[in-house]
Amino acid sequence: MSAANVLHPEVIGDRFEGAKDAQGRPLVHAEGTSKPIRAHTRHEPQPRGARDSGNRPVDQVEAAERFIAATEHEKAHDERLWDMRLRRDQAAHALPEWEDMRGLASRIKEHSLAHLDTYLGQFEAAAKANGVVVHWAADAAEHNRIVHQILKDRGAKSLIKSKSMLTDECGFRAYMAGVGIEVVETDLGERIQQLDGEEPSHVIGPAIHKTRADVAELFARTLGSDPDDEDIPHLASIQREATRPLILKADAGMTGCNFAVADTGTVVVCTNEGNADLSANTPPLHIASIGIEKIIPRFEHLAVFLRLLARNAIGTPMTQYTSHFRAPRAGGELHYVIVDNGRSERLGLKEFWTSLKCIRCGACMNTCPVYRRSGGLSYGATYSGPIGIILDPTLNRRKYSSLPFSSTLNGSCTNVCPVKINIHEQIFAWRKVMSEEHRLPFVKSEMMKVLGYVLSRPALYRAALGAADEALRLLPHFVLANSLNTWTNKGRDMPDAPSQTFHAWWRENRGPKSNSK
Amino acid sequence: MRVGLFIPCYMDAFEPEVGVATLELLERLGCTVEYPVDQTCCGQPMTNTGCHQDAAGTEALFVKNFSSYEFIVAPSGSCVHQVRVNMTAIEQTPEVRAVRQRTFELTEFLHDVLKVSAFPWASFPHKIGLHYNCNSLRGINLASPSEIKTVPFSKPRALLEKVPGVEFAEPTRWDECCGFGGTFNVFEPAVSVKMGQDKVSDHSRAGAEYIVSADSSCLLHQKGCARHIGNPIKFMHIARILNGASA
Repeated sequence: MSAANVLHPEVIGDRFEGAKDAQGRPLVHAEGTSKPIRAHTRHEPQPRGARDSGNRPVDQVEAAERFIAATEHEKAHDERLWDMRLRRDQAAHALPEWEDMRGLASRIKEHSLAHLDTYLGQFEAAAKANGVVVHWAADAAEHNRIVHQILKDRGAKSLIKSKSMLTDECGFRAYMAGVGIEVVETDLGERIQQLDGEEPSHVIGPAIHKTRADVAELFARTLGSDPDDEDIPHLASIQREATRPLILKADAGMTGCNFAVADTGTVVVCTNEGNADLSANTPPLHIASIGIEKIIPRFEHLAVFLRLLARNAIGTPMTQYTSHFRAPRAGGELHYVIVDNGRSERLGLKEFWTSLKCIRCGACMNTCPVYRRSGGLSYGATYSGPIGIILDPTLNRRKYSSLPFSSTLNGSCTNVCPVKINIHEQIFAWRKVMSEEHRLPFVKSEMMKVLGYVLSRPALYRAALGAADEALRLLPHFVLANSLNTWTNKGRDMPDAPSQTFHAWWRENRGPKSNSK
Repeated sequence: MRVGLFIPCYMDAFEPEVGVATLELLERLGCTVEYPVDQTCCGQPMTNTGCHQDAAGTEALFVKNFSSYEFIVAPSGSCVHQVRVNMTAIEQTPEVRAVRQRTFELTEFLHDVLKVSAFPWASFPHKIGLHYNCNSLRGINLASPSEIKTVPFSKPRALLEKVPGVEFAEPTRWDECCGFGGTFNVFEPAVSVKMGQDKVSDHSRAGAEYIVSADSSCLLHQKGCARHIGNPIKFMHIARILNGASA
């Protein structure tokens, strides 16, 4: 925003008649470049995510509509993520071996998952030999209890942690709040979301749906800063100033895990802010939460994934920090909590087990045209976008039964996936599961029954179109599954109905009664 | 060469002229073309919604209508994708499998089977933006998508390059989905419309007079979106240009 635009807009309006520069912009004198004296600017309010549906199906469609109605947010979100997609293309396509590397990564992951028991055993043995304490958690509740117990036994009251989708999946912060332990997120985006009481909207950019104005407003509300201060480096420093003391006095630190290396027992965490190192190395106690699917067999395999991850996520050759944790520091403790939480069940699903290959790069979200226009929070789940659509139903079949329909099945997600998960085919397959389990809304399933009935009976079909093809006005209802309103009411005009169908044309010009044949 | 012509349900209803153009074009190129009059649909609306069993009758009808043809050609990549990739609700007899394998999208049929080298009757002196239906692009590979590092190719574009006068506009997000998405456009209208409006605006900014595609479904949706926002851009199915339509 240029200074001219913010200088007493109520006075200038759009009738500015003062001196102008060569480009026709109003000239601003020195006083004008200082902070204008005016009331706090009102920005477009941040659209919130899906309404809490309890255990009923999430209404992603409704939330997406509100996101699109917030035009500034939608535009910024779409453009920001598309830019990440372009950067990804540039970085990825600069490597001649890119597509081969995707294939290799996919095979390593599939092999690891097929021998998960072996590699988890190796990982545990190696970790123990390194002096790490290893815990196993069957589900989210057990994960939370284990971490709580570790903290309680040591009298720890405060915990700093770096970003971890697994802990979000486990509802970890809410649990810890319930037992009186203060959790401070050290990833900037995740901290923003924590302060705002929201879930992350993107696996690597938790607050990517927020504009700088949203963040300025949030920090004003929660950290007491100036709501009109939208300078990004300054906003980041405000947060840093507020969080650093909490980090320094924390009793324990926690990280997630990007890769768990079986042969060395190493946990590898990739960040761009160095906050995993802060979280792990500042307090004497480090706990790492690890999903069982994070296993890779050998240290050398890491090279493949590290080359793919950051390029595919944001178009950089590496993340700023790649932190390896293998053993407790002198005088410290290192704990691994290895979590299943539905993963082994997912591994048994013939059509869906390869979703466990996911390395959480977020590229499928960046490329998804639906996600970009509806925001991650519209999915009402820990995991959003294409990968969320195929993971979430394994966590709660009923609640996430509607999500597979929030996709156009365009397939771009599959093509950008660094580990070659056939994401859009799995979305398609989930629709079938939801239909077979009678989880489709009644209107939808009835509509398909009727369509299927009519379309398999040519005479009935032609009759439905109107006798002698003259009642074409009926047809739009029919072809568009009787949802004319969604065409005309939502920003789209109906096509004109021509005077004759092709079928009628053929009969007239080429059919048995016509002279031409 | 005996060709069974499949005209998708929405094309039958809204764009019969594309069906006529396809028919005439194939005949010009020496094919014997028949249109089985009992045809209805490929089954995609039901399958796309997850209701595969509801598609079984329609799939069986498709096979019954087309099993006697050497080639089955449809001017719609989306429907061909359904037939070739997803027509699995019925038992996969040798007859069913043969029909699925012999079903071709028009431009791939012209490009790969007939290997057409010229369209002497065609001329289209306009700047066009080429739109790819996602199933055509990423499902049956009419062109190489932008996500994949490969040697770029495009069958529709290769054909249009043989038409004198055609000039190509280059929209920035040339292979982004337009939001039609089968039943998606009905069940998630807000996102669908926004995608469609963004799509036509992208083509306009690139200077396209026409948006041209091998799929009418996307074009119908985009046309509705363009009209609503007052965008005067025009739309034309590739079959009409290749058959010599002038505007």
